[in-house]
Amino acid sequence: MAKEMKLMKGNEAIARAMIASGTDGYFGYPITPQSEVMETLMAEQPWETTGMVVLQAESELASINMVYGGAATGKKVATSSSSPGISLMQEGLTYLAGAEVPCLIMNAMRGGPGLGTIQPAQSDYFQSVKGGGHGDYQLYTIAPASVQEMYDFVFDAWDIAFKYRIPVLILTDGAIGQCMEKCYVRDYVPRWTEEERRKNAPWGCWGKPATRGHNVVTSLELESSRQEVFNLKLQAKYREMEQKEVRYEALNCDDADYVLVAYGTSSRIAMKAMQLGREKGLKIGVFRLITLFPFPKKEINDLAKHVKGMLCVEMSAGQMIEDVKLAANCSIPIEHFGRFGGIIPTSEEVLEALEKQIIK
Amino acid sequence: MAIMNQDIVKPENLVYTKTKVLTDAVMHYCPGCGHGTTHRIVAEVIDELGIQDKTVGIAPVGCSVLAYNYFDVDFEEAAHGRAPALATAVKRLNPDLFVFTYQGDGDLAAIGTAETIHACNRGENITMVFINNGIYGMTGGQMAPTTLIGMKSQTTPFGRNVERNGYPLRITELLATLPGTYYVTRQSVHTPAAVRKAKAAIKKGFENQKLKKGVSFIEILSSCNSGWKMTPVQANKWMEENMFPNYPVGDIKVDGKIVENVDINRIVVDHPLTVVNQ
Repeated sequence: MAKEMKLMKGNEAIARAMIASGTDGYFGYPITPQSEVMETLMAEQPWETTGMVVLQAESELASINMVYGGAATGKKVATSSSSPGISLMQEGLTYLAGAEVPCLIMNAMRGGPGLGTIQPAQSDYFQSVKGGGHGDYQLYTIAPASVQEMYDFVFDAWDIAFKYRIPVLILTDGAIGQCMEKCYVRDYVPRWTEEERRKNAPWGCWGKPATRGHNVVTSLELESSRQEVFNLKLQAKYREMEQKEVRYEALNCDDADYVLVAYGTSSRIAMKAMQLGREKGLKIGVFRLITLFPFPKKEINDLAKHVKGMLCVEMSAGQMIEDVKLAANCSIPIEHFGRFGGIIPTSEEVLEALEKQIIK
Repeated sequence: MAIMNQDIVKPENLVYTKTKVLTDAVMHYCPGCGHGTTHRIVAEVIDELGIQDKTVGIAPVGCSVLAYNYFDVDFEEAAHGRAPALATAVKRLNPDLFVFTYQGDGDLAAIGTAETIHACNRGENITMVFINNGIYGMTGGQMAPTTLIGMKSQTTPFGRNVERNGYPLRITELLATLPGTYYVTRQSVHTPAAVRKAKAAIKKGFENQKLKKGVSFIEILSSCNSGWKMTPVQANKWMEENMFPNYPVGDIKVDGKIVENVDINRIVVDHPLTVVNQ
């Protein structure tokens, strides 16, 4: 599958993967640190080759609603932004989830709150997996830790999005968006033909033929009894995803006394800290979350049964740690170490925190 | 033996029937409201152009939030004000579809102003149907961007006051100044003659999509007798006397050019209400 290796930025990988995965449309609005996504797309001019539509919208409100409009026709439609822009998109995201419209959103997180900073952060965890918008809903949230994963997860996103009729959020940060790494690129997966679109999205608004009733894509149900039935259906879908779609990476966890739990950029720092600790004779493992929703509850619960403590490493004031503690039933010491506001912790800091807060 | 409805409603007795592009769903609109008539003529146009299988509509938030229940075409339900953004993507990704938005004044000219202006300025090849009744009907009659000066509403109980509430927004004239609009017109549906003109305008708006020259924007002035707190007959008279001087009926821009003698630059209309509503 993987053929050619190229050197590229994470943001560029997202753009190139969109084209290569047969994405039909991208609608975006510039914001640091992810503007290279739309810049790459505009420079590549995929409308001349694959027929992909790329449009710069007037705001993130417009771009997420363009995603809604286009994706509701059963096409593969994507957008990307960074924290303040993603906040503006929350209305659109809850409508997309409520109308069960498959689509792809990438958030290259930066430090907040408010306008905050343009440097990397991981402080949108709550927003991503605890709703963000109103109502009971989830986004399939996947956190790449390398440029290669930025590229590959776009392909994976389309499978999940259409299988479950759910918006997929690639939750990354400014560091992975901006860093350059090698990346194996794939052969072009052709955009769906008209027949494939109709087969894969029979619910889509693509023009009502005489053979079916009209399709309506909506999140409105005025009858509360029917709205509850719909909510139960959504929850059943989320439970199914928790059974089938959890992804994680457990490194040196089998013999570990202590485990660093992290995702994205933090997980890479944790891996280095693990290496430094192992050199000192400390049995440290890293549990890297790949999917944030569905969350690896069972795996963390199992892990908590044979390790002495966990340190959650996040570029936030401590958000993911709440889910880790819940999953582990607080049965062992679980502490948080984080830098935030755009500061990336060093591996030495992480090891020191583990030694002070957990090993003692 | 009693005469039953089915004894009367027979194909040979029918002189007027529901167009097939409307579903059998019973409309929730208040008697006297212009939505039902406007739905009907939009559906007739879709039927007459033979594009039922190629049309996608975008419903707003407001009184016509359930428009998708009444049109027998594929429909997307937008968030409040965002219909032009949805329509932009539907059309760009599916250039062979006929795409129309259907929005009220609060949706199109207040919360969705940015989406409206930018869709028009990009010259999207869509048809926008805009119902202007100068009030928020669905939420119970609050001030709209198009509420007239002096007009009472639930949030302007003593009448719209310029100092407090600003001026009525003539968004249609504003949109006509943008190069991306190709056809801009204001119509009404309160008399049979007006309905015929409005239908012709909507038809032109849909046909224009084949030309790929930009937005066709059709404002329909409608009474809201419930929100204005009048009978339907009073409301139509009041609309003619008060809405029409502020929002003159007729074509504003045709084939990309402002119609002669149409004053789109008129800043403000000083036309005291003939009768204060409520």
